[in-house]
Amino acid sequence: MSEPTTEPSAPTDRPDGAEEVDPLTWLPADEPVHLVDADGTYHEDPDHPLDLTDEQLRELYRLMVVTRKVDREAINLQRQGQLGVYASCMGQEAAQVGSAYALGTDDWIFPSYRELGAALVREVDAAGLLHLYRGTWLSDHDPYEHNFALMSIPIGTQALHATGFAMGAKFDGKPIVAMTYFGDGGTSEGDPHEAMTFAGVMRSPVIFFVQNNQYAISVPLAKQTAAPTLAHKAIGYGLPGRRCDGNDVLATYAVTRRAVERARAGHGPTFIEAMTYRMEAHTTSDDPSRYRTKEELDAAALTDPIARMRNFLTKRDLYDAELETAIDDQAKATATYVRAGIYDAPHGDPMELFEHVYTDPRGHFEDQVAQLRAELDSAGDAEGQG
Amino acid sequence: MAVTMAQAINQALKDAMGADDRVLMFGEDVGRLGGVFRVTDGLQEMFGEERCFDTPLAESGIIGTAIGLAMYGYRPIAEMQFDGFTYPAFEQIVSHLAKMPNRSRGTVKLPVTVRIPFGGGIGAVEHHSESPEAYWAHTAGLKVFTPGTPEDGYSMMREAIESDDPVIFLEPKRRYWMKSDQQLPVTTQPAREAVVRREGTDVSVFCYGPMVRTAMEAADAAADEGWSLEIVDLRSLAPLDTASIVASVKRTGRAIVVHEAARNLGLGAEIAARIQEGAFYHLEAPVLRATGFDTPYPPAKLEEYWLPDVDRILDAVERSLAY
Repeated sequence: MSEPTTEPSAPTDRPDGAEEVDPLTWLPADEPVHLVDADGTYHEDPDHPLDLTDEQLRELYRLMVVTRKVDREAINLQRQGQLGVYASCMGQEAAQVGSAYALGTDDWIFPSYRELGAALVREVDAAGLLHLYRGTWLSDHDPYEHNFALMSIPIGTQALHATGFAMGAKFDGKPIVAMTYFGDGGTSEGDPHEAMTFAGVMRSPVIFFVQNNQYAISVPLAKQTAAPTLAHKAIGYGLPGRRCDGNDVLATYAVTRRAVERARAGHGPTFIEAMTYRMEAHTTSDDPSRYRTKEELDAAALTDPIARMRNFLTKRDLYDAELETAIDDQAKATATYVRAGIYDAPHGDPMELFEHVYTDPRGHFEDQVAQLRAELDSAGDAEGQG
Repeated sequence: MAVTMAQAINQALKDAMGADDRVLMFGEDVGRLGGVFRVTDGLQEMFGEERCFDTPLAESGIIGTAIGLAMYGYRPIAEMQFDGFTYPAFEQIVSHLAKMPNRSRGTVKLPVTVRIPFGGGIGAVEHHSESPEAYWAHTAGLKVFTPGTPEDGYSMMREAIESDDPVIFLEPKRRYWMKSDQQLPVTTQPAREAVVRREGTDVSVFCYGPMVRTAMEAADAAADEGWSLEIVDLRSLAPLDTASIVASVKRTGRAIVVHEAARNLGLGAEIAARIQEGAFYHLEAPVLRATGFDTPYPPAKLEEYWLPDVDRILDAVERSLAY
């Protein structure tokens, strides 16, 4: 075989991915996209027009209220010994609900373990989700039913699954977008970097949605990165980095919407940094009083995403006592449903331990299946005798 | 016409990709170059850049995206260029590839084949000669196959790709050039079945991958000494064919496990445990191991002192027979 005589050609530019842009436009704007003030005042932004109906605006609010109620219920359940641990998303409802709401139903979400709000947008059974934290089983929903992948605990690792999934959608010629969530701490891990590298090169229809909630357990953002903002990292992978006010559900929706449209048009991935605040502890096992002050929490409370959206709806005459009652009732009903599904729920069937490890388990652990069955039988006999 | 192990695996990849357009092949340098060992030679030409493609140089990325592609419905074959470079992908393999089907209660299937050229004996620079099989075999949720012949290179690769379970496919790189006159395609026994490569009466020798040929050579040399070795090629390290292992020991009463990997907590330890559980009263001698040493893999000029060879196997045979 002879050596090629010409210079290697540039990587193939696929026609569907061709986008002539000045890379400097990939840098984030000086200020995060912000559409609604804390008092509900709305600012028009021609780049992010409000394309939601009144019903949809109310729906965003409803989803945030239900999320907070279920989140609170989960914390209560943990305090009562019903959950082993729980990672609250309080304060991040707008970041999750707005972004998830911007996706189409065929699009996929690859969450971390804190995405209750995104899960509720996808109508994943809330009690089922909490079984992970109860330890009933490691998951309780079929990802293909909701296009919502399993919650992923190893930090940032799910970014690669979303990227691979998006590569598949592109190979398959389907207009499906994958979005993955991770946090400010996650941007320090290797896998999101590899994911963005792959997504940039392959122009995969994937969105990296970072909820910058200021803390990785106790470690503040300043100890996580020296980058000007997290969104500045994106240009290094050849993708646009966008920032938005993560406590402004209309901003998280609008910025994600643009990223979805970009991906669906074949222009590839987007990195979004939503500036938010984790109002609760990292998990119920954490004691945040060791690393943050009451003053800081009080200040954060003023940016509460739910109060802000309520103020917005009120100013637009979209909020009244009737709506308040209806949403509160629904939130309470969901919380009650979750409590009923979790409280004193029996643990799983021990024999199921062996059921899903392999589709073809022959030769792996037949003797151990028999051993556990015998141990269960003998425990049952002992109980019978007692 | 003779076919090498590398050609047999290459043919298996071609035939699998031809049979099912959900099968994808990707990794570092597998496209235009055809892989550093040429195992993917011609695939990109035959199937295009969306079926066989080069990825950025990031092993965790290769396995993590393979998982996403499998979730989408593809049947990815991911190449790790060398054994010593699988470690960046360790988390994706152990925490996700192996566990996700179980975590999802079977709703997610991950038919991913991870191809890894493994083992030493080719005079390579460090990190290119490792035998990490125990990590994978120890990890529930993975199947671990390693062919010892070109025929198995073809047939077991087809089986791995067709498996709905993730398979770590360890290719014995020093045997890539090993030849066979077998016509392809060929279907050998299912991978979960160990195969007796040579029947014998005195000592059972359990081996796999690159050590199959070494063990066969040892059996020839042993015959000159009047010792009859039974050579058992394990083929699958997870699951292990315990029944065949125990049956062989019951025939011979003596057992030696051979692998390149270091001895401490290697496959030999598990096999020895299974033998003493399953054939205790048939044993005439302790189960012995002829393996690499419990040191990092040595520099190339010293690997001949580190790797188990015919002499180390015969020494173990002699010690076993002395009981």
